[in-house]
Amino acid sequence: MRLQLAKPAEHPDIVRWPLDQALDDWTIEGLHRVVGLHRHVVRMVEVGQLSYVVKELPDHLAEREWRLLRELVEADLPTAEVVGVVTGRDDDADGLLITRHLDYSLPYRVMLSGRGLRIPYLGDRVLDALAGLLVRLHLAGFFWGDCSLSNTLFRRDADALSAYIIDVETGERHTSLSDGQRRLDLQIATENVAGDLLDLQMGGMLAEGIDPVETALAIESAYEGLWQELTGIDEFNADETFRVDKRLRRLHDLGFDAAELELVTTAGGTTLRLVPRVVEHGFHAQRLRALTGLQSGENQARRLLNDISRYGAVLEQRTGRKVNDSIAAARWLDDRFEPTIAAIPADLVAKLEPAELYHQVLEHRWFLSERAGGDVGMAETVASYVRDVLSLAPTEQVLHPTEP
Amino acid sequence: MSTLTMVNLQKRYANGFEAVPGLDLEIHDGEFLVLVGPSGCGKSTVLRMVAGLEDITGGDLMIDDKRVNDFGPQQRDIAMVFQSYALYPNMTVADNIAFAMRLRKTDKEVMKKKVAEVAELLELTAVLDRKPGQLSGGQRQRVAMGRAIVREPKMFLMDEPLSNLDAKLRVQTRAEISKLQRRLGVTTMYVTHDQVEAMTMGDRVAVLRKGMLMQCASPAELYESPDNLFVAQFIGSPSMNVIRGQVLSADDGSITVSVGQQQVTLEGAAADRLSGLRSMVGRPIAVGIRPEALGGDGTATVEVDVDLVEMLGSELLVHSTVNAPAVYSIEGGVEISEHPDSTVVASLDPRKRVKIGDRLTLTLDTLRVHAFDLDTGNAIGRG
Repeated sequence: MRLQLAKPAEHPDIVRWPLDQALDDWTIEGLHRVVGLHRHVVRMVEVGQLSYVVKELPDHLAEREWRLLRELVEADLPTAEVVGVVTGRDDDADGLLITRHLDYSLPYRVMLSGRGLRIPYLGDRVLDALAGLLVRLHLAGFFWGDCSLSNTLFRRDADALSAYIIDVETGERHTSLSDGQRRLDLQIATENVAGDLLDLQMGGMLAEGIDPVETALAIESAYEGLWQELTGIDEFNADETFRVDKRLRRLHDLGFDAAELELVTTAGGTTLRLVPRVVEHGFHAQRLRALTGLQSGENQARRLLNDISRYGAVLEQRTGRKVNDSIAAARWLDDRFEPTIAAIPADLVAKLEPAELYHQVLEHRWFLSERAGGDVGMAETVASYVRDVLSLAPTEQVLHPTEP
Repeated sequence: MSTLTMVNLQKRYANGFEAVPGLDLEIHDGEFLVLVGPSGCGKSTVLRMVAGLEDITGGDLMIDDKRVNDFGPQQRDIAMVFQSYALYPNMTVADNIAFAMRLRKTDKEVMKKKVAEVAELLELTAVLDRKPGQLSGGQRQRVAMGRAIVREPKMFLMDEPLSNLDAKLRVQTRAEISKLQRRLGVTTMYVTHDQVEAMTMGDRVAVLRKGMLMQCASPAELYESPDNLFVAQFIGSPSMNVIRGQVLSADDGSITVSVGQQQVTLEGAAADRLSGLRSMVGRPIAVGIRPEALGGDGTATVEVDVDLVEMLGSELLVHSTVNAPAVYSIEGGVEISEHPDSTVVASLDPRKRVKIGDRLTLTLDTLRVHAFDLDTGNAIGRG
């Protein structure tokens, strides 16, 4: 038997698991079955604050998925953290793939039931997140082959959701994808999502207001719109170079950055053709991390950066001096972010990620201020948010549909 | 139903790598054609070009009489099977088969009729109202197949569809796919690296190497009459014994070939089918013998010392040493082992009592002896 671990020091308990036994026979503490029909035996194991997903599958598939997941992580694509792989077990037993369960992720069965979690425009958010994930994977030359809700986890990201690929069994990494490969992947995604949603509906577990077929079909236009925006070629007059900046801003708004811009002068020299080479997502998240050290989703970052800018303006007004972004961010962290998070009771603070908590507090403040017809202070907002929203919400740190 | 024709089909990547230098192949209407070859032989590239997932860089791809090189995947009306075989636990079998039609907004009556037809075909009529959780593993696989065939495409493409299944389910599903394809009569192209899958499923099997077609023939023809050393050694498990030999003599009635210290005389029909050897007296050749051609009825005998015995239940594999070097197919030709001896495997009746160290007389079926040119690796047949 061979066990390969990506970061052994961070996962010391794994070596004590009965890795030589069939997964179906495991009886260790913290073990759960994962609901649903699976091609392979799948179990979740909770150890302290960490949750793992263990999947039993033939050695060659386990090795392949281990390699592909690591490639996705290295490419900074949103995926589950791959922890280890076990191969060469006795009696030709299948191998094991161990991934870390994504904290604060919302499995689609829980999320789309509309019970307990409050996510407005849920259907639209899900399809936007999934289309965004597919675009990011395709930009990186990754053909999924089985894009579905059941192979994806979602995390709150301010007013949106972020999607994470968690099953890459059918995936292939290429230098780039052909249009045909992208179209096929999109077709598979549309069909699978329709199946996932119809299944939930037939099981009486789909929130009202979500039409399975229409939602699934809309993935295609969401995908095409984003793909076109990110990769489409612009042509403009030679004296309209401001449009380069405009295009860059649009890319940044979508959370992407351009590693390279190719400007080609067309015959006659009267027009320019702009070909962006988009590579990166997380423009705002990276900026927030650089300024404050905070980890966040892209939309959370955009929201928090706006709050930092607003706070910078307040500081400028107070001091009468120009305040640069780094100083505004440092002061914002000390004066606004940390006191807000510290004001949330310790037994409730882990229910959501800090960036999401802060975003929700800002949302709540806006709601209270609108209702009051004037600004409501942060202390009053936090108290109301804790009492009326957070204390009633489920803990999302480890939320998964399991059977004991 | 459709015919697929590839005329000098080529795939060259931007970095200059030529995955498929030029392939000519026709898949007949209703035929089950398997593309097989080792990893990197270009079989998946060919399938992806047919599916419209890879751009074609040269040649023509025709579906019936239409050139489809520039058609998108959907315009080709081809179904890639088993991209996903997830079943939905809250849906009945009927819903699991029908839901993709719902997505295409198919008329309800049409949908009902098609589901009934597919269920009948797949012997699922009795379980249409059940949920997947109440089905056996084999029935679940058939429901997954139902999802693919309800589309009624012109052609099915299958890229290693069984590789994710465990051994038992793989054998079961292999048989299900073969049976179903024959009942449906839909033209099918199936890609695998597994020669057992290829031989058991295909009407014809196309063996590829480095993007080039080595041979396309029925499984029996591939096995009994390989065109070259590569096909001879790739098809069959255990693989064909291939040893360096020499044409010693030839007259009107017989041809004598030496293999190490042994001599084999081919007479009558056995000599006729290798008459090309007559013009090669004195020249070295590669002699190929399948393990089972050494274990049954035969007209010649070979003396061996037993080195190893493997009891497989249905056959007994006996390994012995012959004092002549082994010959292998390599890229661009043939390689003769530097080792002066080689191991020959014979497949015997499992009831036979054989142990290591025994001196054994094997009977050789001379009608099943193959000969290959040592320069080109091509089979030597009738001259």
